[in-house]
Amino acid sequence: MMIPACRLVDLPRGEAHRLDIDPPVSVFHTEDGELFAIDDTCTHQDASLADGWLEGCEVECPLHASKFDLRTGAVDSPPAKLPVRTHEVVVEDGVIHVRLSAAAPNLPPCVAARLAGGSA
Amino acid sequence: MRTVAVVGASLAGLSAARSLRKQGYDGRLVVIGDELHRPYDRPPLSKEFLAGTLGEADLSLETDDEDLRAEWLLGTRATGLDRTERAVRLADGREVRADGIVIATGAAARTLPGSEGLAGVHTLRTLDDARALRDELARGGRLVVIGGGFIGAEVASTAYTLGLDATVVEAAPTPLAGPLGARMGGIVSALHVDHGVRLLCGVEVKRLSGDERSEMGVPPDGVRGRVDAVLLEDGRSIPADIVVVGVGARPCVEWLDGSGVDLDNGVKCGPDGRTSLAGVVAVGDCANWYDPRAGAHRRVEHWTGARERPDAAIATLLAGGAVEPGVPRPPYFWSDQYGVKIQFAGHAAAADSVTIEAGAADDRDVLAVYRRAGVPVAVLGMNQPRLFTRWRKQLAAASS
Ligand SMILES: Cc1cc2nc3c(=O)[nH]c(=O)nc-3n(C[C@H](O)[C@H](O)[C@H](O)COP(=O)(O)OP(=O)(O)OC[C@H]3O[C@@H](n4cnc5c(N)ncnc54)[C@H](O)[C@@H]3O)c2cc1C
Ligand code: FES
Repeated sequence: MMIPACRLVDLPRGEAHRLDIDPPVSVFHTEDGELFAIDDTCTHQDASLADGWLEGCEVECPLHASKFDLRTGAVDSPPAKLPVRTHEVVVEDGVIHVRLSAAAPNLPPCVAARLAGGSA
Repeated sequence: MRTVAVVGASLAGLSAARSLRKQGYDGRLVVIGDELHRPYDRPPLSKEFLAGTLGEADLSLETDDEDLRAEWLLGTRATGLDRTERAVRLADGREVRADGIVIATGAAARTLPGSEGLAGVHTLRTLDDARALRDELARGGRLVVIGGGFIGAEVASTAYTLGLDATVVEAAPTPLAGPLGARMGGIVSALHVDHGVRLLCGVEVKRLSGDERSEMGVPPDGVRGRVDAVLLEDGRSIPADIVVVGVGARPCVEWLDGSGVDLDNGVKCGPDGRTSLAGVVAVGDCANWYDPRAGAHRRVEHWTGARERPDAAIATLLAGGAVEPGVPRPPYFWSDQYGVKIQFAGHAAAADSVTIEAGAADDRDVLAVYRRAGVPVAVLGMNQPRLFTRWRKQLAAASS
């Protein structure tokens, strides 16, 4: 599924844009001008990675500082142990779109429990 | 370097072992730890694990597919460091010879003199401590927490969510005034009162009551009665079924006495972790680092420091001290209390002013910036992760 996120001109380098879908996804515009989309929720606890510290191709979780590689979703060190899902980014007519991954997300236990409870 | 011994098998020790392999060290790696457990995470011990929402398996700091090619000597205490033999002596009589040594023995909870052997009295540092306290909290009752620091406050908050009646007793006029300054310490510790947890400040604990023999010391069998009250210096008596003593931690460095490693409030070391002995570095809660920003030695007891600083210490160890250390990021810690995410970076003591830049103290969602002569030196956030991250970044940039 392709979802429009925002216009490219509205997302400066070094910034992130969060899509309020379920689970949320964030698009990052790196200082080098690359665009990446990953699940917004940290795999450790309920933190928004769009609020995190973007450096190069990595985003550091705003709460406990695990770093995720925007290219692969891989996590560098604890407390998070699982990677985040990555999604494909497509820019069409100046608008950033996200093609959602079909893989299962790695949501933290507290968020997964809430989602499960909410849909039951 | 052919053998490296890491003493202390928790966050700082594991991070050092990982740094060694990541930085290309290929030799023998021995990790010595006196707890029987593989490295586990301590912050949840006062939060989710204590509340029963996180299990033991979730505490593991290692990943399933990780192989550090290390020899793990667990349940084994280090008792000495022999500088001439370059060996770590173990309590069971063995000896580990190593040309590189990483000291990562952390800190242990301080206790209340005279409370030994009294049932219902707890400290909280290890998984075993947390299991015992969790089981008692599950039975309910009246909890008195001695010490309004972060661990005490988190235990009170968790007990509140479990439905216990809780009281926090703090000797200082304002809890958390050391790490946060008096004004912000007051705002953060008001969370207790918001939730109906009693907060008694500016009063010292005289002793615990529960066994008349307690005044005469521990009986020969070591078994005493159960605590029933906390007696305060001002004459008040606070009834208690469970008491948690949260009065800080002391660095575990007795085993280094006489080793030639310079000790002063932990292991005294440079900004890169180097100690007074060549080939020996110190990391984590036991290390009293020179902080170039503060212009002084600081023993920082925070998770992020224990996780990040071993990278620099290992670079120093492998280079034989020939690398210039970069300026470390300002110390950072977090705490979760009553559903509020508290974050702090920098040094509050250095500040001459504190301003609330966003949010409101009454709503407990403040972003406060500490400045010295107009320059930001620290930042505090309560439920402000986004703004906090921006300020933390600015703080790091300002002083690097
Ligand atoms: C309940 C609790 C909650 C916390 N919450 C937070 C939080 O929310 N945020 C935050 O930033 N920080 C928090 N912390 C602090 C954080 O956990 C510590 O900073 C971190 O654990 C330090 O890691 P370390 O490896 O240096 O020391 P430690 O974790 O203390 O590990 C040292 C290890 O060395 C072992 N050891 C000691 N002496 C010897 C010896 N002679 N021989 C062999 N082994 C030895 C010890 O048994 C221990 O296993 C919390 C700590 C506790 C206890
Ligand atoms: S919530 Fe992201 S590392 Fe803890």
